[in-house]
Amino acid sequence: MNAISSSQKSSIRNDKTSKIQRIQDGAFLIVSQFSALVVLIVLLGIIISLFINALPALKEFGLGFFFSADWNINKQKFGGLISIYGTLVSSFIALIIATPLSFGIALFLTEICPLRLRRPLGIAVELLAAVPSIIYGMFGLFIFAPVFADHIEPALASSFGKLPYVGILFSGAPNGIGMLCAGLILALMILPFISAVMRDVFEIVPPVLKESAYGLGCTTWEVARHIILPYTKAGVVGGVMLGLGRALGETMAVTFVIGNAQRILPSLFAPGSSIASTLANQFGEAEPGLHFSSLFALGLALFVITVTILSLAKLMLLQMEKKQGSKS
Amino acid sequence: MSDTLLLKKSILSKRKRTNNFALTLCMIAMAIGMFFLLWILSILFIKGFSSVNLAMFTANTPAAGTPGGGLQNAIIGSLLMVGSCTLISTPIGVLAGIYLSEYGDKSRIAPITRFVTDIMLSAPSIVIGLFVYALVVAQSQHFSGWAGSMALTLIAIPVVVRTTENMLRLVPGSLREAGYALGAPKWKVSLMIVLRAAKSGVMTGVLLALARVSGETAPLLFTALNNQFYSMNMNAPIANLPVVIFQFAMSPYDNWVGLAWGGALLITLGVLSLNILARVFFRDKNRG
Repeated sequence: MNAISSSQKSSIRNDKTSKIQRIQDGAFLIVSQFSALVVLIVLLGIIISLFINALPALKEFGLGFFFSADWNINKQKFGGLISIYGTLVSSFIALIIATPLSFGIALFLTEICPLRLRRPLGIAVELLAAVPSIIYGMFGLFIFAPVFADHIEPALASSFGKLPYVGILFSGAPNGIGMLCAGLILALMILPFISAVMRDVFEIVPPVLKESAYGLGCTTWEVARHIILPYTKAGVVGGVMLGLGRALGETMAVTFVIGNAQRILPSLFAPGSSIASTLANQFGEAEPGLHFSSLFALGLALFVITVTILSLAKLMLLQMEKKQGSKS
Repeated sequence: MSDTLLLKKSILSKRKRTNNFALTLCMIAMAIGMFFLLWILSILFIKGFSSVNLAMFTANTPAAGTPGGGLQNAIIGSLLMVGSCTLISTPIGVLAGIYLSEYGDKSRIAPITRFVTDIMLSAPSIVIGLFVYALVVAQSQHFSGWAGSMALTLIAIPVVVRTTENMLRLVPGSLREAGYALGAPKWKVSLMIVLRAAKSGVMTGVLLALARVSGETAPLLFTALNNQFYSMNMNAPIANLPVVIFQFAMSPYDNWVGLAWGGALLITLGVLSLNILARVFFRDKNRG
């Protein structure tokens, strides 16, 4: 009698605890699921809130907003082309400079560098990514731009300035700050991101492939050119696009060195504006109304462009991950 | 006979030359990267150290054109905002990371969340500032420290989520199975076994997020704004290092520019040491 009742009691207690545990488990799932949803909600929230706030400007100027180079606060005429042009040109310069440099660094760290130096040098490159962008801006404005104006720009002007077609890009007064300087500083900033991705994908090349090429008598460069690069093509392109995404949205460093002129000039020495620098300079003082709404429209354009580019980059890197998965 | 040998030799020497040329270029690329890192750091030390003194930590930001002053209010404001950001973003980020790693394989929203998190990692931070402005500042009609802290939180969460997930995935499945075998429910296994095993890795993520957030300027420009005076009121505009540095560096006053360099040195040292600390944490874990 006694034994039965005690076992019944314990089974009742077990039922109770398992019920409590089930409730706790369910609650935990809901809480953690909600946390995971926060990021999704934020992404949607950004797009919706930017769109709502940009609506007055988009209604007033239509899609022509993105193709008009009119940015006049007094006349309440706004068009985004100047900022969009500046964003694209400065990022493009950055990409042209940073891609080969990152490739060299990644190749150096995976194939050439002595093993003992690999870790410290790798960390040093990553520290370049950790330096806050405002520091790059101050460095660019106070230190780099004067050197650039005194030595590099005159040299560029004298060697390329006379060439047909290209010459105009390197004409005008060497001020230091301007589109080219912004591109160079951006290149420096995205360099560690691109080289980190390249390094990661270079490391997943199966050693057998490289060793058989070396066994056939290939030089290090031939292995890199004909084995590593073809194998990691998607990853390399993905890394470059990730860098492009970073460069497009970079704000503080660009604001310091791009010159913040609301004009489009053909020379790369001339000052300009990027979307991010226009926002940083004007948003604080913008009056509610068209100016305010136009800035939101610029922000929306920037966000849509970067998210598209970053998504493409991510898709390419996912392709690379699958390759790695199928090998192991 | 000797002709083909000669040809072979010339091809070989050409290949060798190409190889040496390419490898030299790689080394030059590496040297350029290192050169700029050292240049930036040495400039920071040279320019920054001359304005680092006790007054920097005990005096408030000076008015335009007046001598002296320090960065006390900005340092306090930054600490408050970054601190509250860490307190909010860590639990959300860690829980989201747990969800992705422990429940993610069966869930349909997990791959999407992972994808979006990766994109938000590199999303332009100034747009996040615009978002928080529209959401908080425009609604409440005033700039505030909380708005700044929220913008920073949104930037920090993806960093924590990604590192947490990666670290939890490194925990061997047998550890989870051992927990289940003892009758522990899933939430206990996740929090008390898996998370605890990956503790140092998760700390790495939190530290990296902290490092990322402490240097962020753009999202604070239209959320926390700035404040010339000492204030610990998070409901009002609050001074913070990055925005003060931006404002002072762009100004024509020598004293302000000097303080900006001092602040820049302070922030960089903070961010770089957080980064190195994060690495130390992770390394210890890998060894243990």
